Amino acid sequence: MPMQAEEIETMIRQAIPDAAVEITDLAGDGDHYAARVVSESFRGQSRVAQQRRVYDALGGRMGGVLHALQLTTGVPD
Amino acid sequence: MSDEVHARIDAAVKGADVVLFMKGTPLFPQCGFSSRAIAILDHLGVEYATVDVLQDQGVRQGIKSYSDWPTIPQLYVKGEFIGGSDIMMEMYETGELADLISDKGIHTTA
Repeated sequence: MPMQAEEIETMIRQAIPDAAVEITDLAGDGDHYAARVVSESFRGQSRVAQQRRVYDALGGRMGGVLHALQLTTGVPD
Repeated sequence: MSDEVHARIDAAVKGADVVLFMKGTPLFPQCGFSSRAIAILDHLGVEYATVDVLQDQGVRQGIKSYSDWPTIPQLYVKGEFIGGSDIMMEMYETGELADLISDKGIHTTA
């Protein structure tokens, strides 16, 4: 079962409450997404650390049921 | 992960200055993310080694706990985990990846 965009966003926001999450369904098939996650709490963290926090928020789904998630992270301007 | 798989991954990570764990080969990548990672390395003109995780189920699972990173491809420079294809792309676009490689004293043809 692929994941819905709202489900991805909810999981990320549960773990990183201040996050602005923007999800794009790349192929329109509910299986290939791009996510941009922006949070003040990322400030001072490396990209690897920021993305690990998003992957942790998805609780092991990444690389499993969630195959293709293009992920970028950042801090607010 | 067994000690034997860990040792095999460790040897591969440290076996070259730039190592990409990927699905497929540089000529025939089996996944869009791996294909993108190869394109970036080729643009940088850096020599790299690749490990095809599809050929080795132990490595395919083990590399994820080795780096605490759930996805493939994974890039290592001088033994250090740098990131997956999204981080590679961001670092490529900002010039950070080229800087990192030259800071580490790795030769490029670009």
